Amino acid sequence: MIPHGLAVLWEQRDAVLAGFLTTLGIAAVSAVCAALLGLMLFALLISRVRAVAFALAWLIDLMRCVPFMLFCYLIYYGLPSFGIVIDNLPAGIIALTVYNAAYIAELLRGGFAALPRDGIEAGHAFGFHGWRLLLRIILPPVLLSSIPMLGNQMVQIIKDSAFLVIIAVQELTFAANEIQATYYVPFASFVCAMLLYWLMCLAVESGVRAVLRMAEARR
Amino acid sequence: MGTGDYLALAAGALNTIAISLLAIAIGTPLGLGLALIRWARLRGFDTLVAAVVSLLRATPSVTLVLLVYFALPTLGVEVPRFTAGVATLALGSMAYNCEIWRGALLAFPTDQLDAARAFGMPASLRFRLIVLPQILRAALPALVNEMTLLIKVSPAVAVIGVVETTRAAVRIGAATYSPIPPFLVALAIYVAVIGCFVATQRVLERRRDHGLAA
Repeated sequence: MIPHGLAVLWEQRDAVLAGFLTTLGIAAVSAVCAALLGLMLFALLISRVRAVAFALAWLIDLMRCVPFMLFCYLIYYGLPSFGIVIDNLPAGIIALTVYNAAYIAELLRGGFAALPRDGIEAGHAFGFHGWRLLLRIILPPVLLSSIPMLGNQMVQIIKDSAFLVIIAVQELTFAANEIQATYYVPFASFVCAMLLYWLMCLAVESGVRAVLRMAEARR
Repeated sequence: MGTGDYLALAAGALNTIAISLLAIAIGTPLGLGLALIRWARLRGFDTLVAAVVSLLRATPSVTLVLLVYFALPTLGVEVPRFTAGVATLALGSMAYNCEIWRGALLAFPTDQLDAARAFGMPASLRFRLIVLPQILRAALPALVNEMTLLIKVSPAVAVIGVVETTRAAVRIGAATYSPIPPFLVALAIYVAVIGCFVATQRVLERRRDHGLAA
């Protein structure tokens, strides 16, 4: 049974590879966009405009109670109610980006809250305000202390991307499911997908360790 | 949305709650078991458990539930959808909880155990009376956090046809051609369920801190 499954998988290696690359691409694009959007939300969260910061904190708390799959459906099936029709792939990337940006903004805020205030006060004294204060004084230590958490979020994005199978994005789990349905080799195809997800997550983990080592060396 | 739709969503909510609670009840003690295997440094098992936990933590629930539901019958085990869903979420919960318990065990001061051993207390009693109450307190916030994460991935079981909250909402949306109202009700259900867990955690933590002060 297992040799047969492996033989089928080897024949279908192009489909598996295509799914794997799609998952990689979706995760990479979503991660970059979510990081940028998360940074912007973080800037608003710690801004002096209290009303905006308060409303945003409330929205982020709400987002952290929503299952990703429900959010994904909301974007794909809900947006057409407002006249916005998008394809499944961009809808999936938008869902991953917005959902994870909320988590990233929150984890950066956590890193910021744990930071001693004197650096910022010194920055004020040296005439740093607004964007320059954020980029030069606040962000470097916040990002540095958030590296492990950001790595966890990256793993979360990779895992969440499998949910896109429900809106028929042809990623890794979709490819494994197609092969399983056509050739009836569920064990081999899903275990293969799991191993590929594992590979991606291990790569992220070792990337995080490498960045931490570099940060430590440069201190 | 009519009354029937609200009832369907309520039934979905009950399914979400039942699946999540069962998975938590199974996954939490299994995670403790795995953590104890690693804590005991059993040669061979230690590495095996670490590898399995790492693999499970990297596996999306959707992929895992498809594997459990479609692959078990090829081994001759027919599983109902509901059982496959619970098993999947319990496996994920086990892997995450293993790391939480392990963290608590690693932070546990061993001098207490040495003292108990010196008085001749047997291992099972040492664990039950000395280790467990303390690691439970230490791990509680992380365990509850993990429970809320489990509820958030629980819609994954919908891909094998279990009708829980999210799938019920999608069905109503497809039938009525207006997906937003059922999605908002589903959202309210998740906020309420997750909110209950967080509130329980707050109460338990307050009682714990109170008990320590007394």
